[in-house]
Amino acid sequence: MQDFAEAFRLAFQLVASGDADLIEIVLLSLRVSLSATFVACAIGLPVGALLAVSRFRGRGAALIVLNAMMGLPPVVVGLLVYLHFSRMGPLGFLGLLYTPTAMIVAQTILIAPIVAALSRQVLEDLFAEYAEQFRSLCLTRLQTVRALIWDGRYSLLTVGLAGFGRAVAEVGAVMIVGGNIDHLTRVMTTAIALETSKGDLPLALALGVILLTIALGVNAVVQSIRMSAERMAYA
Amino acid sequence: MPDTALAPLPRTAARAGTDAPPLLPLEVRDLTLEIGGKTLIDRLNLSLGESGITMVMGPNGSGKSLLLRLLHGLIAPTGGAISWAGNPAGPAITKRQALVFQKPVLLRRSVAANMDFVLRTRRGRAGPGRDALLDRVGLRGKAAQPARLLSGGEQQRLALARALATAPEMLFLDEPTASLDPASVHLIETIVADTARAGTRVIFVTHDVGQAKRLAEDIVFLDRGRVAETAPAATFFDASQSDAARAYLEGRLLL
Repeated sequence: MQDFAEAFRLAFQLVASGDADLIEIVLLSLRVSLSATFVACAIGLPVGALLAVSRFRGRGAALIVLNAMMGLPPVVVGLLVYLHFSRMGPLGFLGLLYTPTAMIVAQTILIAPIVAALSRQVLEDLFAEYAEQFRSLCLTRLQTVRALIWDGRYSLLTVGLAGFGRAVAEVGAVMIVGGNIDHLTRVMTTAIALETSKGDLPLALALGVILLTIALGVNAVVQSIRMSAERMAYA
Repeated sequence: MPDTALAPLPRTAARAGTDAPPLLPLEVRDLTLEIGGKTLIDRLNLSLGESGITMVMGPNGSGKSLLLRLLHGLIAPTGGAISWAGNPAGPAITKRQALVFQKPVLLRRSVAANMDFVLRTRRGRAGPGRDALLDRVGLRGKAAQPARLLSGGEQQRLALARALATAPEMLFLDEPTASLDPASVHLIETIVADTARAGTRVIFVTHDVGQAKRLAEDIVFLDRGRVAETAPAATFFDASQSDAARAYLEGRLLL
């Protein structure tokens, strides 16, 4: 227990001193996970919106598959991306394996279904409210999707947050496709796993503290935006 | 409350000289709607002329709102036919109409943004602008406010302004003044009367006998999904021909 307290003390010292390695790892984590969240939203929001407003044969099966994909195991996604980006894989010529780009691709595959499935639910509820008005105006499907995404923007912030939370916290996929290379692909979760296995608890704990702080901070910002939107009846 | 005599309603597309074929007269033949084995509209027949205000009346559940949705193309009938000057119902017809719902469906945006959204769907047709319409319904001073924070009467006036922004040749109103205060009712009635005078055909669902007497040129009375009676307003209120209409006016008809 004393070792644990000592580790905490050292962790806070590392954070307070602005350790260069620590900052590099944190910034890379944010770059990778925010990029993956952005790309996943660019793909997932329109897909979710289209599913919300469309009725077609097999829609129920498509929703089951999409919902199931929310639980994709990160290591399986990492393995699939690895196989595609490895030298013998179909995308090996891109030379992306063990780069931050490969990590962004893996996290995007991991969270795009989450963004699509959650946004489908949010936008379907909104569409139920707007459907007759939109039919009365004879809106095209594109106009409908754009209007729904805009009017649901504050609820969709929470969807994006769920995706970011999943991305920044996962370790399996980025470990496989990034390789946890120091100063190149080491992010918070892979560093925590490595330092813990090495017994360097202070750095692992410091990264853990930062990870939790980021999660709390992003949640607080999104929550405050939502609350101000609710006061204006925009959410 | 704005002075309703000061802000004339801008000209609508109905009088703006479009190349579109005429929308009216309307002929409805044996219109039927069955849902879940229940007949909600039952072989309904109806003819409407080219101008004026027709009030649709009838007890709750008689099919008034369904009739508006069928005529506007929001619901497909399970039988019968709707003919707009010889043309079948469809998106091309729906685009030339507007419907104001009993409960306004407002976007999660400002008053002005709600208007702009609809104005963008007008697709180049001539019609009044945003400021003129907001001025007409007394909401120009609230253009920047969130639409869903307006009072019930203001929300309904915005819904009406938004409907007029599409420059409709046919305006359907589904109990737009239900549960509004007298001032809001008066303003909406004035705008509807002006709209009809400006050339837009109006079909207005109401339970308010006084309102029907003030606005209607003719009455369509529905009972159990069928037209029980159609008559000029004065005739309807002074000498109803159907038992159902007489019972309704005397407060005896319950579905």
